[in-house]
Amino acid sequence: MIRFDHMTKRYEGGRDALRNISFEVPKGELVFLTGPSGAGKSTLLKLLACIERPTRGQVFVNDRNIGRLPNRQIPRYRQQIGLVFQDNKLLQDRSAFDNVALPLIITGMHQREVGRRVRAALDQVGLLKKEKSAPRTLSLGEQQRVGIARAVVSRPGLLVADEPTGNLDPELSLDIMRLFKRFNDIGVTMVIATHDLNLLNQLGGKRLVLKDGEIDEHTLPEFKR
Amino acid sequence: MIYKLRHYFGLHRQNAIDAFDDLIQKPLASMLTIAVIGIALALPAALNLLVQNGRSVADSFDGIRDFSVYLKPSTSLADAGKLAESLRLRSSIKTVRIISADDALKDFQETSGYSEALSTLGTNPLPHTLVVRPTEAADAARLTTLAAELSSKNNVDQVRIDTDWVKRLSAILDLLRRSVAIAGVLLIAAVIIIVGNTIRLDIQSRRDEIEVLKLLGASDGFVRRPFLYVGVWYGLVGGLFGIVLLVISALILAEPIERLTGLYQANFALQGLNFTSIGAILLGGFLSGWIGAWTAVSRHIASIQPE
Ligand SMILES: Nc1ncnc2c1ncn2[C@@H]1O[C@H](COP(=O)(O)OP(=O)(O)OP(=O)(O)O)[C@@H](O)[C@H]1O
Ligand SMILES: [Mg+2]
Repeated sequence: MIRFDHMTKRYEGGRDALRNISFEVPKGELVFLTGPSGAGKSTLLKLLACIERPTRGQVFVNDRNIGRLPNRQIPRYRQQIGLVFQDNKLLQDRSAFDNVALPLIITGMHQREVGRRVRAALDQVGLLKKEKSAPRTLSLGEQQRVGIARAVVSRPGLLVADEPTGNLDPELSLDIMRLFKRFNDIGVTMVIATHDLNLLNQLGGKRLVLKDGEIDEHTLPEFKR
Repeated sequence: MIYKLRHYFGLHRQNAIDAFDDLIQKPLASMLTIAVIGIALALPAALNLLVQNGRSVADSFDGIRDFSVYLKPSTSLADAGKLAESLRLRSSIKTVRIISADDALKDFQETSGYSEALSTLGTNPLPHTLVVRPTEAADAARLTTLAAELSSKNNVDQVRIDTDWVKRLSAILDLLRRSVAIAGVLLIAAVIIIVGNTIRLDIQSRRDEIEVLKLLGASDGFVRRPFLYVGVWYGLVGGLFGIVLLVISALILAEPIERLTGLYQANFALQGLNFTSIGAILLGGFLSGWIGAWTAVSRHIASIQPE
């Protein structure tokens, strides 16, 4: 599903944020990306979301070289993945329903089908009753769940989340992580960056540890080709 | 296929409705922009109407090549009548009208408002006058010889061809028409710039939203569309406002215009705001709104990328 091939990412005027990275994640896997601050976790996820491009080497998703994707094709690619953010990035002037509907409206889905799918997604995160609420009026945990509903509503094969529980207390965090696990159980490949090691011990999944732009050798065998 | 098309137009209709809602939700800022657009569109239309009407006034005099033949003060009304009779027999002359000195004075008193001053004069300073209208067949050369012949007659003081001022008016109107075209182009450019700037500010204030949309897979085209609709709405609503301004101006001007046409015995019909000018204003608003929005979105939306 995901393959990094001798990939190096260097930001303008900086040192290498990621250096000569190679690993592979099979379809349906749940991967936790951990490591100290500045290790390059967010950078790796941005490469997966086509927000940044590799400086050297390749990144493949579903056998497509997304590092060389023409700009024109990036929107189409992003429609096929789900993104979850630490600060949830909900649009504040729209209801929970409208936020979750966005990815479907972007793909031009018919209105009736949109309604059906949005309610299904909100139901899966337990927020069907709050569909009309503005994000501001929801708790942080609820807002993050709306963000997750938005990420899964178009049924992507890959879900990428950067510190999705970074703003939540431990109990809510576990809630959110269990929610991710449920989507993983139905076959969605997931890469989740997190600091929270305690949480990981309760969840299982594979762990990929980054240190200073490189993959920790102890964790690598699991991701070898 | 038809289903898909209907769906496509459905999405566009939704965009258009959302864009209109957007406009209403920021009433003050929108209204200022719309007012400026309305004025900018109404101005060239109003000037154009003015020139058009001036032209129809000038045109209504164009076919007229009357001579005014001022007789010597010593000439009696009877002699004037005789002269008129003899002129009527000529093939190059269509009609001859006698304006007696008394009639001329009365007319002058009524229209000039100097009646008091004139009545203190005691005697009538005006001569009898013949208004000679040549036939349409008479060409310029023939008219010149006719004028020369008339002025050499015993009783005739002076012959005047009344078309010089029409030519002058025509020249002025040509100048005005070009000025209106220039003003029109400049004001349309102003509308494009105003809409472009408004949309640019709109895009900047919604930068975060645009970034999120792009993260969710929105193409530049998808992000652009609502802004284009907002631009078109600005142009159209601004145009409507401009039309309202013109209608109000027309109402204010109706009375003096009626007096003016009355003075000229309604030789011409004044043109009001017709469908052509209403259509032109709306089309101008639509196009300049769209172009203005396009200049803004094409420069600013592609450059907004999520980080
Ligand atoms: N846009 C950028 N321009 C230049 N350097 C950057 C940029 N983004 C990140 N970096 C650098 O790249 C390195 C990796 O950053 P990254 O954000 O991927 O780390 P991280 O593992 O996500 O850290 P954290 O846990 O604090 O979120 C850091 O040294 C950072 O300073
Ligand atoms: Mg990070």
